[in-house]
Amino acid sequence: MVEETPRVRSLVLAVPDWRGHRAGQHVDVRLTAEDGYQALRSYSIASAPEDGQRVTLTVERLDDGEVSPYLVDEVRVGDRLELRGPIGGYFVWEAEKTAPLLLVAGGSGVCLLMAMLRHWAASASAVPTRLLYSSRSLRDVIYRDELGRLGAAGDGLEVILTLTREQPAAWTGFARRIDREMLTEVACPTERLPLTFLCGPTTVVEAAADLLVELGHDATRIKTERFGPTGG
Amino acid sequence: MSFVTRGFRGRPRRTDEGARLPPGQYVTRGFPVLSAGPTPRTPLREWTFSITGEVDQPRRWTWDEFRSLPTETVTRDIHCVTKWSKFDTVWEGVSVDVLLEGVETAAEYVMAFSDGGYTTNLPLEDVTGGKAWVAFAYDSQPLEPEHGGPARLLVPHLYFWKSAKWVRGLRLMAEDGPGFWETYGYHMYGDPWREQRYSGD
Repeated sequence: MVEETPRVRSLVLAVPDWRGHRAGQHVDVRLTAEDGYQALRSYSIASAPEDGQRVTLTVERLDDGEVSPYLVDEVRVGDRLELRGPIGGYFVWEAEKTAPLLLVAGGSGVCLLMAMLRHWAASASAVPTRLLYSSRSLRDVIYRDELGRLGAAGDGLEVILTLTREQPAAWTGFARRIDREMLTEVACPTERLPLTFLCGPTTVVEAAADLLVELGHDATRIKTERFGPTGG
Repeated sequence: MSFVTRGFRGRPRRTDEGARLPPGQYVTRGFPVLSAGPTPRTPLREWTFSITGEVDQPRRWTWDEFRSLPTETVTRDIHCVTKWSKFDTVWEGVSVDVLLEGVETAAEYVMAFSDGGYTTNLPLEDVTGGKAWVAFAYDSQPLEPEHGGPARLLVPHLYFWKSAKWVRGLRLMAEDGPGFWETYGYHMYGDPWREQRYSGD
């Protein structure tokens, strides 16, 4: 288990009969209480397909959640969880795809996109890739060290953070919500036909997807995965 | 097979909700938005709704024509395959029975099709007999684009991916065939009470 941020934990699960997955898929986790009550939730697979029979789920504790507080605070090494999956086939990226890749993450939406980045790294992909990751503060950035390493390696990945509420002293990066100017700077020219995956709260994803379409990006090459109600 | 998950208690059960909640679902008071791509935005002057495919006479309505048809206001529980359910949602729309009135067909299935390319398949009998609407208002307000506006299909007795957002028509088919999510592994029918989420369920 890895504590990613004060509210977010990654669970690395050994799944003996795991048949593999594609980056962007998820699993359904089923929990059973002693009285037989069952709760079912979906979690993105954050690990790369190259991890074999180890499946990593990164879970954010929601204050009023029924399952996430259990997974983040209660689960111990050695516990068994019931999983079903992998599920989903639309929001996936495979290293065979050669188009430039743009990943846009809002908050814990980065967990799903991380599987794509880890797959990119593990397959030594030459695809030019950018991750634009919007987070409230540096403290809330999930996978911070790993993203720092991957971005600094100079293999064709750029990690661009925007910290919307709080920035450390001497911060020179973006310090606001994703907007038109930011996307114009970060997204590659439309002629290069990038593939774009957006994942995060619906407010962030809706705004960013609309802006990309306005900037001339092909809507059919933009895939979204969102959570949460409208209006935040 | 299921085993007890050590240390998991779950929320205190509300007995009044239990019977209304299909297996594996939880109740939400919000209204989550899920979609596969950017929100389509067709201007109303360009919007049409069509009945096509295995019919003697295809039909089409412009937005004004569609909004002159008789409407109903219905209150229903809705169930998303991503596990959330929302009780007592209020919609206004045109019953699919009205749209299909007098249509001659031997087809047994429909493919709902939407702006942006989304499709979903349903048996004809699941969109007739008072079970389905083309809804243009939610909670007494015009349906917002993020929730499928200007109009979406509403089929509350099935998982909500069957209630196609941004719907532009129904294509009648002799045989069943997978729509968008069905092609990606979701169930062909999608009954929440039998927990038919994925193919093979």
